[in-house]
Amino acid sequence: MDPVAAKYIGAGLASLGMGLAAIGVGTIFGNFLSGALRNPSAADGQFPRAFIGAALAEGLGIFAFVVALVLLFVV
Amino acid sequence: MAAGGGIDPIHQFEIKPIVGLRPFGLDLSFTNASLLMVLIVAVISIIMIYGSSQRSVVPGRLQSLAEMIYEFVASTVTGVMGKEGMKFFPLVFSLFMFVLTANMLGMVPGSFTVTSHIVVTAAFAFLVIGTVLVYGIVKHGSHFFGLFVPSGVPGWLLPFMVLIEAVSFVSRPISLSLRLFGNMLAGHIALKVFGGFVVALLAAGGAATVIAPLPLLLAVALTALEFLVAFLQAYVFAILTCVYLNDALHPGH
Repeated sequence: MDPVAAKYIGAGLASLGMGLAAIGVGTIFGNFLSGALRNPSAADGQFPRAFIGAALAEGLGIFAFVVALVLLFVV
Repeated sequence: MAAGGGIDPIHQFEIKPIVGLRPFGLDLSFTNASLLMVLIVAVISIIMIYGSSQRSVVPGRLQSLAEMIYEFVASTVTGVMGKEGMKFFPLVFSLFMFVLTANMLGMVPGSFTVTSHIVVTAAFAFLVIGTVLVYGIVKHGSHFFGLFVPSGVPGWLLPFMVLIEAVSFVSRPISLSLRLFGNMLAGHIALKVFGGFVVALLAAGGAATVIAPLPLLLAVALTALEFLVAFLQAYVFAILTCVYLNDALHPGH
């Protein structure tokens, strides 16, 4: 296979990871919202925790993004 | 990259020297990144010094801004680490203010985003993890390494758990720096690419000019989203700093 083509295919495959991280972030905020609607008084106290979870899930998507960028611009 | 109609989305992150300084073969040039960092510190100093100099009972605009930021960070710090966590307040507050101002000044068109360079974010992340290690070992000694030994785990599973905890600890500075860097880089590249679509569609002419305003509208929406991300990433950086420092304050599960 042409190395340049392989590079772009690899970057495209790496960007799939960002979509998968989006599922994780969506799950966290969806569950947070459904919990918050059941008990709104407890929601504010758990807000930072929702963000920690979302940040940790999002970080893995960012890893995939960095892999795609490295393939596109560095390799 | 041909994506933006010949517009290079990476070009905006280029570091250009303003005043060249090369003593003893070291590159100590004053670059656009250095200029932005000086500006960031100046902006923070103006807000915080003028905001706290009045000390009126009914705060003015600048004073209430300074008070709001203080209250916000203080409640985050005490919420995660408890009362004794306030000894780390200066560190968390400085990091939060610097990252927030860097992200916000980076949103000014034509300026430069300091936090979109991994060397800056990695320096912050290693500062945080270095603080955790030094404080944890000085304060708790060998008890600090209880962090890697979860309680209530069956004996045969323990080596694996210690290994997993150690790997997760080592990956913390990497993920902390990459998250901020990646978010800022991705946001600014996306803005540039959508701006490039407008130019490419207008250059194509004919029917393409009709749909040229569509990516422009999307770029406006993306700019609003980027302001949200700029704040959110500063908040996430501050709160994760608190979580990691909490391990140094209260090690052991």
